[in-house]
Amino acid sequence: MSSLISNFVGIKSPNPLWLASAPPTDKAYNVVRAFKAGWGGVVWKTLGEDPPIVNVSSRYGAIGFNGAAIAGFNNIELITDRPLALNLAEIKQVKRDWPDRAVVVSLMVPCTEASWKAILGPVEDTGCDGIELNFGCPHGMSERGMGAAVGQVPDYVEMVTRWCKQHSRLPVIVKLTPNITNILLPARAAKRGGADAVSLINTIQSITAIDLDRMAPEPVVDGKGTHGGYCGPAVKPIALRMVAEIARDPECRGMAISGIGGISTWRDAAEFIACGASTVQVCTAVMHHGFRIVEDMAEGLTTWMAGKGYTEVRDFCGAAIPNFVHWDDLNLNYKTLARIDQERCIQCGKCHIACEDTSHQAIAARRDGAERHYEVIDAECVGCNLCAHVCPVEDCITMVPVDRGLPPRTWKQHPNNPMRQDAAD
Amino acid sequence: MTDLAAPCPDIRTNRLPHEDYQANFGDCHPALTRHEARVEASRCYYCYDAPCVEACPTGIDVPGFIRRIATGNLHGAAVTILDANIMGGMCSRVCPTEILCEQRCVRTQADQHPVAIGALQRHATDALLARGEQPFRRAPDSGRRVAVVGAGPAGLSCAHRLARLGHQVTLIEARAKPGGLNEYGIAAYKTVDDFAQREVAFILGIGSIELVTGKALGQDVSLTDLRQSHDAVFLGLGHNAVRALGVDGENLPGVRNATDFIAQLRQADDKAQFPIGRRVVVIGGGNTAVDAAVQARRLGADEVTIAYRRGKAQMSATGDEQDWAQTNGVALRLHARPRRILGDARGVQAVEFEDTREAGAAFTIAADMVLKAIGQYFLPTPLQGSRDLEPLEIDRDRIVVDADRQTSLPGVFAGGDCITGVDLTVTAVEDGKIAALAIDRLLRG
Ligand SMILES: Cc1cc2nc3c(=O)[nH]c(=O)nc-3n(C[C@H](O)[C@H](O)[C@H](O)COP(=O)(O)OP(=O)(O)OC[C@H]3O[C@@H](n4cnc5c(N)ncnc54)[C@H](O)[C@@H]3O)c2cc1C
Ligand SMILES: Cc1cc2nc3c(=O)[nH]c(=O)nc-3n(C[C@H](O)[C@H](O)[C@H](O)COP(=O)(O)O)c2cc1C
Ligand code: SF4
Repeated sequence: MSSLISNFVGIKSPNPLWLASAPPTDKAYNVVRAFKAGWGGVVWKTLGEDPPIVNVSSRYGAIGFNGAAIAGFNNIELITDRPLALNLAEIKQVKRDWPDRAVVVSLMVPCTEASWKAILGPVEDTGCDGIELNFGCPHGMSERGMGAAVGQVPDYVEMVTRWCKQHSRLPVIVKLTPNITNILLPARAAKRGGADAVSLINTIQSITAIDLDRMAPEPVVDGKGTHGGYCGPAVKPIALRMVAEIARDPECRGMAISGIGGISTWRDAAEFIACGASTVQVCTAVMHHGFRIVEDMAEGLTTWMAGKGYTEVRDFCGAAIPNFVHWDDLNLNYKTLARIDQERCIQCGKCHIACEDTSHQAIAARRDGAERHYEVIDAECVGCNLCAHVCPVEDCITMVPVDRGLPPRTWKQHPNNPMRQDAAD
Repeated sequence: MTDLAAPCPDIRTNRLPHEDYQANFGDCHPALTRHEARVEASRCYYCYDAPCVEACPTGIDVPGFIRRIATGNLHGAAVTILDANIMGGMCSRVCPTEILCEQRCVRTQADQHPVAIGALQRHATDALLARGEQPFRRAPDSGRRVAVVGAGPAGLSCAHRLARLGHQVTLIEARAKPGGLNEYGIAAYKTVDDFAQREVAFILGIGSIELVTGKALGQDVSLTDLRQSHDAVFLGLGHNAVRALGVDGENLPGVRNATDFIAQLRQADDKAQFPIGRRVVVIGGGNTAVDAAVQARRLGADEVTIAYRRGKAQMSATGDEQDWAQTNGVALRLHARPRRILGDARGVQAVEFEDTREAGAAFTIAADMVLKAIGQYFLPTPLQGSRDLEPLEIDRDRIVVDADRQTSLPGVFAGGDCITGVDLTVTAVEDGKIAALAIDRLLRG
């Protein structure tokens, strides 16, 4: 029997499935419902100094894909708009009522030691399990020198992290912004500042759509719009790469990772864990479907783990990292060929037109009366996978490795590489 | 054999509560909502060399128009359809898609559930027709004039294409209303809210088509006249004769041609006032038999039986049509060949059948009304006026044409039910289009 019990930098929770700091964790009412549904922990909606910020009306934008709602989601909300004392009182009560769940408090205050010091005491008094430093909010707060404005400057990340470690006994998680060229720089800065963990990603600066009647970015606020923070399924690949990048970085070793960004299913969660995250956080998926998705996430994860023989999350945490290499470590002598299962083929022709127009003219189209035959021309196929991706039928096109009898050879060794390392050295 | 004790045939109006007629003759397949259309459109794989395109007799770019629906380009979707098939609206309602485009949809193979091409086609074309706009422009006037005889699907399609190509058209129609069987044949619940006339108005909206109704070729005008007064002629005459059973009792009151029954029902504003028998026997195995039988049921007939002389597999009604008859409570009696119709001056009482599988076996089915639906055909009488000395070649009750739909007389073209081929609205539309393109080449040649 596999167990999901989690211990993340000393913060214990019945499972590694947490809710990210966002509207779902905005107040006791939501958080209690989330715990009842089975979420292992929450990162409370980011607290700031009083007086609270003010939000606009018309806050979210979204893009669907091919008939499905919310492939990507964006928001122009800020941190909590409720008074600090109210949030603190609720956090205290919730933690008292739900001692087995993780309650982490997200924080964002002006970039002065006094401000951080002032808020840490009252937060610690709630009995919460840890703090998350929100260095990620890409809009509204960064204009005031907070959020991403701090997260984009590694020195500030290090400095604020250090203050928090100095003035608090709680584990410190630094939440990173993806709105930066090299995610390793703020991650390493967090490490230097003494962070116990990083969590990522926060949202990506975005305009989801332009309202073509009002000629304004969505969500439109009285005729105008602003850039917002992008999240949801569409950002998962970006988040996954950033998590893996940190997980394999020797300088970041020892720092835990909480993975965030587009996680909607147990499979997404497993992928983040395989890339080195030991907890995951979810926001958009619950905003889309409600808290109940955790049932399937927990069950699916356990069942899959049991099938693979993993007894705990730790057993496969980071398991994909050794195989996440740089491009020039890939074997250039590896070769696959597309194979079309003619029995399954429904003759839609998508593989042909994709390869013919945009790839390598490696799928021949033949007509036999009304019957269409699509056949791979092995000599032309470079094994790019495009046809397999466009094929609408599961397992109809598979990519089959072919043994060319050649030893592995990477770009580093390739004769075409002017900077190749000689076999000698 | 007349049994005086037999009850009078029970044929009457108002068999049902009034509101039932509304439901029974309302839209049998209501239009998709915008949401349904978007969801359905997203199921289309947007195939390359899509089999559905080939399966459409008019060759509509099906993936192309469905993608336009999916992206919210409804106008472009409608134009894509109408460019290939100006009756895309009617076809979306009446085409047996289960043996045309949808049968070849690759999703039929992928998950047994084709994309609802017909319903999507209706979604797009309805929107354009509702806006009352004509998306096509006429080419500069060619100075040529073409006579089109018959304002059914074939004639209307031909006329519209000719007008688009810049020619003047005289459209001659014998009946009071244009539309052909769209107006007088198609089952009422397939084309509600006067759609046939709205579509005709849309087609004529291109301009330069002069519609003359109530004038018949062979009576009011001859083919020779038309060939003299026009640069080319298109004949879209449809069928003009109904096959007879050739059995005793065929002329008894209460025995009717299914097509006449259907035509009158289509023209009846108040279906409650339309007389129908309590027990109706429909003879035939095609879609006309199904349409007559189902409409008889929906008028309130208690017992409706389709009697067909061969087996289910030989019926020309499609599987979907047969299912439709069954869901509507129509009984099917196979291997039943009518031997005679029983009754007296008051009307029909029963039909006597022989079992075609067993020599000598016979049975009767009681009936208050008998509808004959054993086929229509084309009689060349309109072409045999005294002044038409050159005869048109006819083969097995159909006008003979070449690939361009040109008849044996140069400059005379024909299409639709009056030529060889399947009798469907969509094929008639294609014939008209092909003929118009050929006429255009001829006139500009
Ligand atoms: C009851 C019934 C139901 C049907 N249901 C369907 C269906 O659901 N789906 C489908 O695809 N098809 C259906 N069909 C077939 C379809 O209606 C025909 O194939 C199609 O209408 C043929 O078009 P057409 O233009 O050739 O002929 P028609 O529609 O018959 O039009 C011919 C026109 O020519 C006129 N005309 C005839 N002779 C003369 C003359 N001498 N002078 C001037 N005008 C003349 C007629 O009045 C008529 O308006 C059905 C047919 C019937 C009878
Ligand atoms: C409406 C909304 C408000 C958010 N507010 C905060 C916030 O106050 N603090 C924070 O750290 N992240 C905030 N986030 C970012 C999320 O915590 C999370 O990092 C991001 O949405 C990516 O995860 P997802 O793809 O599961 O949504 C917010 C996201 C949304 C959609
Ligand atoms: S793998 Fe790429 S190159 Fe090979 S057949 Fe498929 S699309 Fe063409």
